This record gives sequence, structure tokens and C-alpha cells, in this order.
Amino acid sequence: MSNLTVEDVSKTYPGHSARDEAVKALDRVSFHVEDHEFCSVLGHSGCGKTTLLMMMAGFEQPSGGRILVDAKPIGKPTWQRSIVFQDYALFPWMTVQENISFGLEMKKIPPAGRLEIIQRNIQLVGLAGFEHRYPHQLSGGMKQRVSIARALAVDPKVLLMDEPFAALDAQNRALMQEEMGRILASSDIQQRKTMILVTHSIDEAVILSDRIVVLTRRPGRVKANVMVDLPRPRSEESPGFIALKRQIRDLIHDEFEIES
Amino acid sequence: MSTGATHDKRSPGLLAKLAGKIKNLGLIAVLLCVWQYVSMAVLDSTSRVLLPPPTAIFAAAWELLSSGELLRHLRDSLKRELVAFLWASMSIPIGIAMGWWRSVDQQLDPLMEMLRPIPPLAWIPLSILWFGIGDAQNQFIIFLGIFFPILLNTINGVKGIELNLIRAARCLGASEGNILWRIVVKAAMPQIVTGIRVGLGVGWMALVAAELVGANSGLGFLINDARTVLRTDFIIVGMATIGVVGLLIDQAIRELGRRLLPWSQVMAR
Repeated sequence: MSNLTVEDVSKTYPGHSARDEAVKALDRVSFHVEDHEFCSVLGHSGCGKTTLLMMMAGFEQPSGGRILVDAKPIGKPTWQRSIVFQDYALFPWMTVQENISFGLEMKKIPPAGRLEIIQRNIQLVGLAGFEHRYPHQLSGGMKQRVSIARALAVDPKVLLMDEPFAALDAQNRALMQEEMGRILASSDIQQRKTMILVTHSIDEAVILSDRIVVLTRRPGRVKANVMVDLPRPRSEESPGFIALKRQIRDLIHDEFEIES
Repeated sequence: MSTGATHDKRSPGLLAKLAGKIKNLGLIAVLLCVWQYVSMAVLDSTSRVLLPPPTAIFAAAWELLSSGELLRHLRDSLKRELVAFLWASMSIPIGIAMGWWRSVDQQLDPLMEMLRPIPPLAWIPLSILWFGIGDAQNQFIIFLGIFFPILLNTINGVKGIELNLIRAARCLGASEGNILWRIVVKAAMPQIVTGIRVGLGVGWMALVAAELVGANSGLGFLINDARTVLRTDFIIVGMATIGVVGLLIDQAIRELGRRLLPWSQVMAR
């Protein structure tokens, strides 16, 4: 189990030509995520939150500042920081089981051990009976379950999620958020992964998070760092839930008014 | 034909499907009848030599089949196509390398772009000087026809891979070698198969042309040889064989693609 620190991270994209101005996507973003914590990074589209996640994974380098896991600067992409992508990114030529198995093979886990881990994760995301289907035979929600199982199976230190439910229809999105909440609520706190979720949905952030980092519009800066200590599983009707939602909505609306 | 065995395995709708297909052949049946009529009743016996009726064509087909001549030519042509394909399949690793490593692409691309626009048929005179008349020359021309479609499709397949698939593999711990072999090559497979289909088609066309001028056997030779002795019926039988076999090769690759890549939406079409 691991903690993650974002320290003064900036990201500037150079312009393509001399006339083209450089684009500042993130501006000195800092926050800390504790062991076992579920942290949402919440912001409008274009605030650089996906860029931040890709830097946490190691696919992009910060222009300034650094990212640490367990107080050590991160390096290249590794299974220790696995990702759930918005477009699922399942390997279409592999069945559900083979997709989940891929990371385990890369970790050189022997076949017997692999099968046990695969079964456990398939149970966890509710995909029993679909082991031998190909991705194109699954609905969007089921694909995302496979993607989550695949990312969890390698036993990462930190699980990174890039708007995982954004591509789903409203009903499926609500269902997946609920399911994710169930997984979080049921698992022993000591077993739980440190998770970072990038989202633009306030509801999603409040249902799932222990901590919500609100980013400003471009360039993204930390607008607020809110702790959520509502009991799990969370009811969307509870007064605490509604109050928190309103508080965060106000934070984000402020942002609109400043910009426009 | 083992149609009896396959009937059992397929869905019960197959017979109905077949009946539907036969119904679609109505126009062709009518055209055959018109052809027969024109040839028998309109043309005089001299011009009938240039357009023999379908019945005469079928008789000629039977003659060529029973003497074994048609199969011998077909076998020679198919052998050339196959050997040329085996050589041309080196375009698959070359295409993968060009699609994946920029430096390889930068070196090879100008060369390929210079050679690619030259039609395989334009190589025939030079190839006859190099290889003489016969298998090697024919195979060289067919090779050129097959090589480039496979190469271009392979390059596109590799370059067109979704970035997130590679990222997903990387953050699941895949090494560079694993990413190339287990992700990139697999993801490019449907397009490689498409390239093989297109390539074999182009190769089949080039084959006939190569055999017309530079062979002593093969379907191209057969129809050209029949011309010199004014056997129009043999020419038409040869042409029909070329068409049917070309179609069968295409269908076979399609079917193979469907079987080997059951996950691919492209192949399912």
C-alpha cells in the first residue's frame, strides 16, 4: 500500500511554431494522497486533469515539479501504477480472461497462481460466466469491468482511472458508480488500493472519494482539497451528501464566473 | 466435394440461403440463353468460330478437364502464385519494422515509394532478360504484384494501432519486445490479412499477364496458345477458370481470416 505526492507539478506544451503560443496546462499543482485513500481529481474538461494522470502513470513528464510514490520519484510506466482508460483499451484479440491474464504473464506469475487471481478479480467485478467472451461481445459497462479487473489483477500500488465511466450511458454510469462504491465499501480498508480518479462529475467524486481535489480551469491549479468522511456505501439522498455536493458545485461555479 | 458433411454443421438456413442465391442467378441464365441463340441462329458458321455457343464452351471445358490439360495448367499457375507469395510474405516483417521503427521507415520509405508506382507488368521485359522464359520470371512478376499491397497494409496496420492499447500494455508491465509481438503485431493482423487478400488478387492478375508472354505452361499460356490455333472455346474456358480460381482464392483467405481472427470486426464483414 502506498501514498502518492504531487509536488509543484506544472505542464507546458510548447507551441508548434514561433507564432503559436505555448500552452500551460497545469500550474504548480500540489496534493498528497494517503495510503488506501480514494482521491478524485475534479475539474472541467481541458483543465489538464488527464494530463496529470498520464504524468502519474509515467507516460508524460512534468515541465516542473515531481510526482512521488512512497516518497520516491516515479520513473517509467509500470504495473505498480496501472490505469483504467476511458475507452477501456482492452486487447480485442484476447478474451476477458486473457485480458486479465496479460499483466500477470508480464509479471511472470506461474499459471496456477494466475488462474486464482483471475477468478478472484472476475468475481469482484461481477463478470463470472463471461470469461471466454471477446471484448466486442460485451457492453460498454462490462468492458469497463474487465478493464478494472485487469488493472487490479496486477496488484498495483496505485490504481489510476481516467474518466472510466464517462463513455457509458447515464444508467450504466450510475450502476458502475454504485458497483465501484460497493467494491470500496466491502473491501477491508487495509486491502484497499490507493486510487486516483479523474472526473468531471461531482456526483461521481462525492459517491466514491475520501478526498476531492478540485482543479481550476486552464491552466489547472488546485482550487480546493476537500476531505469526504461520509459513511459508505453512500446514499445520494443523505443531507451530508447533498450539502457536500452543493459546496463543491459552488466551488466549480465560481470558476465559471471568474473565467467568463 | 464434401458438401454433405458441412451441411450438418451449418445452420439449417443454409439450404434456404442457397435457394436464394440460385434465384439471383436469373439474369445470368437469361444472358446465357441469349448468347446461345445469337451464336446458333444469328451468326454464320465462320463467325461462330469467334463466339461459340455456351454448349460448345461446356464441351470444350469437359475436353480440357478430361484430358488433364486444364488441371496441369492450373497447377502450374497456382504453384507460381504460391511460390511468389512465400517470397512476398517477407513484406510482413519489413512492414512491421517500417511501421514500428521510425529510422527503418525513413530509410526504406523513399526506396519503396520509388518502386511502388512501377506496375508489375512494366517489369516483364527486364525480367525476361534477367530470368528468361519460365517459372523464375513469372514468379518475379507475381512477387512484385503481391509484395506492395501486403507491405502497405502491414505498415498501416502497425501505424494505426490505438495509442491506448500500447499504453495499457506498458502499464501492465509489458517489455518493449512483448509490446511489439503480443500487442502491435496482433493488432495489425486483420490489416495484414487484408493485405494478403489484395496482394494475392493483384498477383493473380500479374500472373496471367506474365504467362501470356513468358511461359510455356499455365492458364495465361493456355489462353494465348489457344489464340494461335483459333480455339476460342478454349480461350473462354481458360478465362472463366482464371476468374473462378481468383474468386476462390479471395474467398479462402477471407474464410481463413474469419477462422484465425474471430475477434476482428473487420474480418466478420
